[in-house]
Amino acid sequence: MIDRSMVWNALPDALRKLDPRTMVRNPVMFVVEVVSVVTTVTLFVSPSLFDVLITIWLWLTVIFANLAEAVAEGRGKAQAEALRRTRTETVARRLRDDGTEELVPGTALVRGDRCVVEANEIIPGDGDVVEGVASVDESAITGESAPVIRESGGDRSAVTGGTKVLSDRIVVQITSEPGQTFIDRMIALVEGAKRQKTPNEIALNILLSSLTIIFLLATATLQPMAIYSNGRQTLVVLIALLVCLIPTTIGALLSAIGIAGMDRLVQRNVLAMSGRAVEAAGDVNTLLLDKTGTITLGNRQAAEFIPAPGVSVEDMADAAQITSLADETPEGRSIVVLAKERYGLRGRELAGAEFVPFTAQTRMSGVNVDGRMLRKGAADSVKGWVREQGGDVSEEVDTIVAGIAVQGGTPLTVADGSRVLGVVYLKDIVKEGISERFDELRRMGIRTVMITGDNPRTAAAIAAEAGVDDFLAEATPEDKMALIRSEQAGGKLVAMTGDGTNDAPALAQADVGVAMNTGTSAAKEAGNMVDLDSNPTKLIEIVEIGKQLLITRGALTTFSIANDVAKYFAIIPAMFVAVYPGLATMNVMHLSSPNSAILSAVIFNALVIVALIPLALRGVKYKPQPAGLMLRKNLAIYGLGGVIAPFIGIKLIDLLVSLLRLH
Amino acid sequence: MAPWLQLGVLVLLLVLAYRPLGDFMAHTYTSPDHLRIERFLYRLVGVDPDAEQRWTGYAIALVAFSGVCILFLYVMQRAQGVLPMSLGFHGVQPALAFNTAISFTTNTNWQAYAGESTMGNLVQMSGLAVQNFVSAAVGMAVAVALIRAFARKNADTIGNFWTDLVRTCVRILVPISAVVALLFVSQGMIQNLHGFQQVTTLGGAHQMIPGGPVASQEAIKEFGTNGGGFFNANSAHPFENPNAFTNLFEIFLLLVIPFALTGTFGKMIGNRKQGYVLALVMASLWLGSALVAWHFETAPPAGTTAAAVTGGNMTGKEVRFGVPASTLFAASTTDTSTGAVIASHDSFTPLGGAVPLVNIMLSEVTPGGTGSGLYGMLVIAVLAVFIAGLMVGRTPEYLGKKIEPREMKLVALYILLTPSLVLLFTGIAIVLPSSRASILNAGPHGLTEVLYAFTSGTNNNGSAFAGLSANTTFFNTTLGLAMFFGRFGSMVLALALAGALVRKQHVPESAGTFPTTTPLFGGLLGGVLLIVTGLTYFPALSLGPLAEGFLK
Repeated sequence: MIDRSMVWNALPDALRKLDPRTMVRNPVMFVVEVVSVVTTVTLFVSPSLFDVLITIWLWLTVIFANLAEAVAEGRGKAQAEALRRTRTETVARRLRDDGTEELVPGTALVRGDRCVVEANEIIPGDGDVVEGVASVDESAITGESAPVIRESGGDRSAVTGGTKVLSDRIVVQITSEPGQTFIDRMIALVEGAKRQKTPNEIALNILLSSLTIIFLLATATLQPMAIYSNGRQTLVVLIALLVCLIPTTIGALLSAIGIAGMDRLVQRNVLAMSGRAVEAAGDVNTLLLDKTGTITLGNRQAAEFIPAPGVSVEDMADAAQITSLADETPEGRSIVVLAKERYGLRGRELAGAEFVPFTAQTRMSGVNVDGRMLRKGAADSVKGWVREQGGDVSEEVDTIVAGIAVQGGTPLTVADGSRVLGVVYLKDIVKEGISERFDELRRMGIRTVMITGDNPRTAAAIAAEAGVDDFLAEATPEDKMALIRSEQAGGKLVAMTGDGTNDAPALAQADVGVAMNTGTSAAKEAGNMVDLDSNPTKLIEIVEIGKQLLITRGALTTFSIANDVAKYFAIIPAMFVAVYPGLATMNVMHLSSPNSAILSAVIFNALVIVALIPLALRGVKYKPQPAGLMLRKNLAIYGLGGVIAPFIGIKLIDLLVSLLRLH
Repeated sequence: MAPWLQLGVLVLLLVLAYRPLGDFMAHTYTSPDHLRIERFLYRLVGVDPDAEQRWTGYAIALVAFSGVCILFLYVMQRAQGVLPMSLGFHGVQPALAFNTAISFTTNTNWQAYAGESTMGNLVQMSGLAVQNFVSAAVGMAVAVALIRAFARKNADTIGNFWTDLVRTCVRILVPISAVVALLFVSQGMIQNLHGFQQVTTLGGAHQMIPGGPVASQEAIKEFGTNGGGFFNANSAHPFENPNAFTNLFEIFLLLVIPFALTGTFGKMIGNRKQGYVLALVMASLWLGSALVAWHFETAPPAGTTAAAVTGGNMTGKEVRFGVPASTLFAASTTDTSTGAVIASHDSFTPLGGAVPLVNIMLSEVTPGGTGSGLYGMLVIAVLAVFIAGLMVGRTPEYLGKKIEPREMKLVALYILLTPSLVLLFTGIAIVLPSSRASILNAGPHGLTEVLYAFTSGTNNNGSAFAGLSANTTFFNTTLGLAMFFGRFGSMVLALALAGALVRKQHVPESAGTFPTTTPLFGGLLGGVLLIVTGLTYFPALSLGPLAEGFLK
């Protein structure tokens, strides 16, 4: 996760961040820096070993905090560097209005320019293909080496600057202004250069600042009370108390948590346009999932051969397989495979066979061989054809056809001349494990809605099989939009994926809109995340990352506040045991001496930041479960653990400190 | 046995009253109808009782009303010498009048004077007693406004201050207090307009016996969590608290509205369980503190032989009531923002005396003052939800309202406000030579006296630790300011929070929602309250009661 070299590389950045203008963005750590300066100054007045050690550890506290942030940023920087290398200076072949070409630098292109790109040339900027079709190597941004097809029109028209055309020639219409290309935005995002605090981060910062002020007051007003009690404290001791009390642990790690959260998305090839979107992902109540590709495999597959009365299933399967031998559609292939698996029928070469291809008019396909005319196709088309051949379709077959439709399948009738042999049951294949995923989501309190163009009956059957909570059948973009609006009106946050231009309004309306990288520029502009892998199932992971981010923040906040209990028990008796010896009762850790107690608390306070950097970067382990359970578990670990851990930690450090006679 | 029986009866009474009173109050605040007398009052003041206010309008009306009350009380006290029914008392000194005017308007009832030797019947009845009603009603109005903010969605307004104020007085406080006053009179409490009467004792000596409208004031003193006594001895005085029954009943009275308001809350937001959780957290901390105080007072440090004979530390306690009742009263009066006393908290054992102090430091939410307890607890609930709520992986929400930067800002200011006032004023008072002269006891006990005074004032409790001569210009002024900002600062922030929340959409509940009706949440809420308070005041406490308690 983090190795020595990452820390080492981050160190210069950590020191650079000591600049007060940078530090002031983090109020808690800024206070620590200010008081570190103050103690440093007091060293020149009356130096003592104790004061020197405290001062060193205060500075280390600040540096550790900066280190956490720098390490988190460092990982993004490495990625940005890799991206930058791909953004080589390109020369664009811009088309003039009269159709002639001129050579201009890629950076000079503006929105609306049209450029020609041919094989082995780099696409000079983001845009849409307006002419031609080409295979494009997008590995520079997706890491996926297999080339993808980009063509004009439709939903696969978007190309990204910096990617390489492998074959053919396309004309690209530029859709981004210079310096605002997709890669530019990616670099900015992973570098965290434009990072803005998210609403929840701001709210948390307000809480941390107010706690800081409370402890500032508690410490500042302690001095007059101490003077009254004849126990005046040195400035360094008061500062030590202050730094131990203010929530430095979460203050130090807060921004690292946020950066690491974005980073986790990038690792999964998802680009979030803002941290706000990641946070919203954790809050999502409703997921709109496209049926195809997310819930079901892309295509229907043959699931069963149902023979007509008086026909053996083997004969029927054999006929179905023969009709499909030349059928290269996934459905056709699945029939061949099913016949082979179920009945041991091998695909074979048919000598002298005449294939009848599928057409939109006949809506069936088949083969004429050995005097047989085998056909398969939509039930009513085949019915008509059978009647033409002088046969008829029995009621039983009609019943079978209707039964398959009710179950959400597609019936394909197989006929041999005038005789109906049976019906192939084509089925949408629900992805393996998807219904368990939906169960998990339900336990997390998230409702899933399947979006499909199917008719309601088919949709209902698939929805039931996949275990989604609801479905939207025969969905138009307008229906989608209306669904999002109505969910939002009920106070719910909606997430969806989309790729087509007609998805753009819905993507923009959704609280979390994940555009597929294969999609159109319009869709990518409208969404607030882009999935470079174009995998709609990833929405579920995005939600989990959002939740994990929030949980990590909450866990460390709770831990940080709970820590203070033990620090009080270390420091307060140490401060006043000289005037009120009875307060030694409160020294429950039996720390060896007042100075050692205070120093140990300060050291613990600094080291706990380092100890928690991996957790901040990795995130608290997340398992989908109901909120009540999750709360109970996390409260036990980070709340109760936060109370207990420092008692042990401070005691151990005290043993070490007194062993080394540092005080 | 008897103490446990008392406690049992008290809890039973509170449980019995919870639903009826809570629902009655909910009805009071939601009913569209106006009583004839209310219509008359609205016409008199010239307000439209059906006009809804935004939080700003509500807050302005509240502060303006309270400001006028303070001014009125101040002038009345200053002019006492020329007003009728003054019993011959002169006008009250400026600093004291300032302090007292604020004290009664803020429901604090801190008294830097002895009632029977400073205030005449007119000031007591038409000044102080009136404030006992309206200051309690103002607190309840804020609580109701905040409840509405949770109950409504996508709205802009949080009710009408004048309607809430008038209804609280006319329908809840006045009728019930009247009945209670009669009950008190039947138990031997006095209710007359006499001045001092000279009587001859059995021994032939002459004695001045004060009279006054005590029963009527006593009823609202407890019922409105005011606590300002007619007499200096407060509820330890036989005329204010004649017997064991009235003592128990007074404790019941001062607890009943704050507890029942959580029922009102549950009813108005349409989820009673949410109210029960708050009530149970309040009840646990209240009972816990009573038992802790009882423990320390019955088991004083070794070596005090008197304690062994009398069954505990009887110093400063009324013999009629004894240790258990005194600690129960002390805990209840400080857990609510009442501040009435039947024993001197100053004379408790150091750790026993820390109990009332810590109770007040909890910012009066266990169950707190009328109204102020509920809105204070709701603010703590928002805080608890924010701290731990993130741990379920959602933007924290309470009762379906998302807690975002604006809400957090207001909550942060709210929890900052009272500790800042307490610590700053205590810090100043403890070092200034002039104010240090007021401290009776040296050492940690003296520090506790000052700390207690500012804690009590800022959180609008009003009980005194005694030992501190607070009737000085310094203390009258600083405590007056502490009471004023502690009360109205909190109220304005609570109303601003209501204004922010009422606008919000309501997030529907799901399995992913942070559960706020479970024992776990109750524990979390109590834990956050204790830890945040503890962390804030631990240094100060360690130099006061803890240093004294662990003195070797």
